[in-house]
Amino acid sequence: MSTITVEAAQGSALESEMEEAPPGSFVVTLIIRRFIPELDEEPRWQDFDVRVLPTDRILDALHKIKWEQDGSLTFRRSCAHGICGSDAMRINGRNRLACKTLIKDLDPSQPIYVEAIKGLPLEKDLIVDMEPFFESYRQIQPFLQASGSPVRERTQTVAARERFDDTTKCILCAACTSSCPVFWTDGQYFGPAAIVNAHRFIFDDRDEAAQVRLDILNDKEGVWRCRTTFNCSEACPRGIEVTKAIAEVKQAVLRGRP
Amino acid sequence: MTATLDAPRSKPAPRRTNWEKWGWIYMRASGVVLVVLIFGHLFVNLYAGEGVKAIDFGFVAGKWASPFWQWYDAALLWLALIHGSNGMRTIVNDYSTGPRLNTWLKRAIFVSTVLLILLGTLVIFTFDPCPTGTAADLLPSFCAAR
Ligand code: HEM
Ligand code: SF4
Ligand code: FES
Repeated sequence: MSTITVEAAQGSALESEMEEAPPGSFVVTLIIRRFIPELDEEPRWQDFDVRVLPTDRILDALHKIKWEQDGSLTFRRSCAHGICGSDAMRINGRNRLACKTLIKDLDPSQPIYVEAIKGLPLEKDLIVDMEPFFESYRQIQPFLQASGSPVRERTQTVAARERFDDTTKCILCAACTSSCPVFWTDGQYFGPAAIVNAHRFIFDDRDEAAQVRLDILNDKEGVWRCRTTFNCSEACPRGIEVTKAIAEVKQAVLRGRP
Repeated sequence: MTATLDAPRSKPAPRRTNWEKWGWIYMRASGVVLVVLIFGHLFVNLYAGEGVKAIDFGFVAGKWASPFWQWYDAALLWLALIHGSNGMRTIVNDYSTGPRLNTWLKRAIFVSTVLLILLGTLVIFTFDPCPTGTAADLLPSFCAAR
């Protein structure tokens, strides 16, 4: 009996050692822009050394910091698999989802800078107030508007579905809008995400309110503020061709129909 | 009590002339023409013939003696100034957050643009290298009065 106990104890000791330094792991420095409204007057940069594997994601590193080093570190995440859109943040100066950014795809020999997305009001650490973002999303009426009662499926040809396929992929993470220099100037611009989601319905041939949405976006703060900077397309974690979608909405406004 | 509305949130934005749309179109339309006009201008002034060494008072006077170059330069003046000032208006809208500063900067851009366009157009079409009644020693060498 006693031998078994000793063996088990040895095994778990080894295990915890393995966990501390798994083969292939290394220590990376994360420099995180912290802001705790109760304590800080201004945001401050704080660095953390974390042992990671090259295939770990920034989200894993943040978890390690929160669970093992500093429980006050605050960030949003839910699905951890690139679906819910909660964890867009600025990683080494680029808007990315923490849960889709592998350590090995950055340069782990250098410190990795992590901060909240820009443009929206900073609430705490990596969390911003998303309300202005969702408000402009709501304004473009992001729901199907079709007459007739929905007694059976509203069918659609494959080609007609293809027309807006790209913009159906949006997860509302705000990576695009908060990477847009026009949005940064005064935050009044509708922003790429709202236009992407308008595109999704404007070019849906089952929808009947395209004209309404084109009118909404033919506004002082609408599509014409876009200066084709391409930051949004570069930022989108779903690979949506955001700038192209905006250009297609501009063309539709000029034509006066989708 | 009925909870059904006929057309919820379907009211289109109030209809007014949309200057932003026309501004956007103008930047692109004028841009296309400006590429041709600017490179034509640079080619003729800096490269063709004797090149940049040929530019002097007489060179300009010679060009403006022809209606073709008068209209060419007038088109360049109008298109580029309106294009440039509309671009400046865009930048002012981006960076001046206070409504008062914003309004005044845009007024300043507008006034200077109108002034420059009027002065430029006046000079292009009324330019006379040898005005009558001017002292001969003030006139360029190619004038008959000298
Ligand atoms: C070579 C011919 C030119 C072409 C093709 C051209 C084209 C354009 C276009 C398409 C825009 C709009 C950019 C956007 O909204 O995203 C623009 C903006 C602008 N252009 Fe031009 N342009 C030309 C010459 C000029 C000249 C000669 C001036 C100065 C007089 C000028 C001053 C500006 C300014 C100030 C802006 C605003 C910049 C901004 O939106 O940030 N451009 N140009
Ligand atoms: S378009 Fe892309 S970057 Fe923008 S909110 Fe949607 S998923 Fe995020
Ligand atoms: S946590 Fe859901 S998208 Fe990253």
